[in-house]
Amino acid sequence: MIEFFQALASYWAIIRPIAGAAFCLIGGFLALVGAIGVLRFPDFYTRLHAASVTDTGAVLSLVLGMALLSPTGFIFIKVLAVGIFLFVTGPAASHAVANAAHTAKLEPLTGHFGRVDDPEDGTPL
Amino acid sequence: MIGISVLLLCIGTALILSRALTGPTLYDRVLAVNSFGTKIVLLLGVLGFFMGRPDFLDIAILYALINFVATIAVLKFVRYRSFQVTLVRRDTEDVRARR
Repeated sequence: MIEFFQALASYWAIIRPIAGAAFCLIGGFLALVGAIGVLRFPDFYTRLHAASVTDTGAVLSLVLGMALLSPTGFIFIKVLAVGIFLFVTGPAASHAVANAAHTAKLEPLTGHFGRVDDPEDGTPL
Repeated sequence: MIGISVLLLCIGTALILSRALTGPTLYDRVLAVNSFGTKIVLLLGVLGFFMGRPDFLDIAILYALINFVATIAVLKFVRYRSFQVTLVRRDTEDVRARR
């Protein structure tokens, strides 16, 4: 029984940095995807959708990766504090921006893709 | 692999900063600045682990706090043109009568 737990601890010591780095990589990829979405989407409301990828997915993955990489317990607690704060305030700030835009009567983009002069041409949005 | 993550986050911040500079409406800019702040917080944390100095996390916590408050403050100033208006709804007579 004790040998089993010792083997488990040694495997965990090997797996932990690899898993942390993999989670950091996934988080960086999600952050890049969110940035490309914010840059390329045509409308404010669609950009909001792209930005929330960063606010939830990238924060969750990167905080999990950093927590797995943390050498001491104090740094683990600090990483957890950053994660909880970002995870609470990110969607709240997104909702505040969306509410302000909706209150200011910012119109979402509707219509068709394609040529501007012929609205019937192209695929429906 | 953490270095690749730092590189990806740097590219993401550059892209989202270009949206903040060229955004057509004010709300695009506010959204881009908020997202930029989130990305910078994550970049600070990952960069601390990449350089072997996780003390950067204190600065990351501080920047996360300032980022949230700044977003709400900018939105409130644009709506009311003042920082002195309370955000709590006044309990007026007709609201009390409707209860």
